[in-house]
Amino acid sequence: MSLRVGVVVFPGSNCEQDMLEAMALVGAEGELLWHGDETTNGVDAVIIPGGFAHGDYLRPGAIARFSPVMAAVAEFAASGGPVVGICNGFQVLTEAGLLPGALQKNRGLKFLCAPAELRVESTDSILTRSAEAGSVLQVPINHFEGNYTCDAETLAQLRDEDRIVLRYVDNPNGSVDDIAGVCNAGRNVVGLMPHPERATSELLGSTDGLALLRSIVA
Amino acid sequence: MIFSVHVEVRLRPGIADPQGSTIEKALPTLGFDGVKGVRVGKSIRFDIDAADESAARAEADDLCRRFLTNPVIEDAVIHVEAGAAAGATS
Repeated sequence: MSLRVGVVVFPGSNCEQDMLEAMALVGAEGELLWHGDETTNGVDAVIIPGGFAHGDYLRPGAIARFSPVMAAVAEFAASGGPVVGICNGFQVLTEAGLLPGALQKNRGLKFLCAPAELRVESTDSILTRSAEAGSVLQVPINHFEGNYTCDAETLAQLRDEDRIVLRYVDNPNGSVDDIAGVCNAGRNVVGLMPHPERATSELLGSTDGLALLRSIVA
Repeated sequence: MIFSVHVEVRLRPGIADPQGSTIEKALPTLGFDGVKGVRVGKSIRFDIDAADESAARAEADDLCRRFLTNPVIEDAVIHVEAGAAAGATS
């Protein structure tokens, strides 16, 4: 039986349908979870997709963290359930306190929509466990606020605990230490700015996102 | 009793401010050569119904910490004054 993956939809999410298609490609059964429901509906994994949840008002993710579904997502994460936040989903997870740090406006103040090269720095996370350590994946970015920042103490902790799971080969947005993705201490919550669901077919220019998405359902 | 609150949300010292630095770099082209240290923030105003000023301030502090700022990158200066803000419509 295939795994059920819940894809959270907020008002303003816009990558959920792409993610459902991508889940089918890796043999999982994707289903949408509405932000206003206080449940993760018994799914095996949760993905918070990209978009502009609640219009990104105040700060990206600042209002989404109060959506009723987020308490259920936090509980699911605390019990060890896999949770992945992509782009706006990463911003939501940092605002919700499920991941450390914050995403600021890109260095250079440009909205960036381009392919990016990511190096797999750790395979010890639910997003990278099926990828090859040290491999370079081509996965697109599409964001204005993707400049990862955290204090020096947090950065040292992330490095010491091998929690920087993906780094940009050529840092596009000013992220500290070239960070593209990080995980929590339990390694079951991962956030990244690039969009693996947009690198799932040769027609899209790359299939490298599949290695990441397969990890979620491995 | 009604208190008007003005919250200035600022990036914490040491946090890069690309908007501020872009504005600063543009100023010399307008002839403003002596302007330094431009930082961009947000200004948020609201009214609070509270027993006294310290209660209003405590509530505004809590609201800022939990919602209006992201303490990882921002802090806030909170101004509290007795009376509804001029121009308030509700």
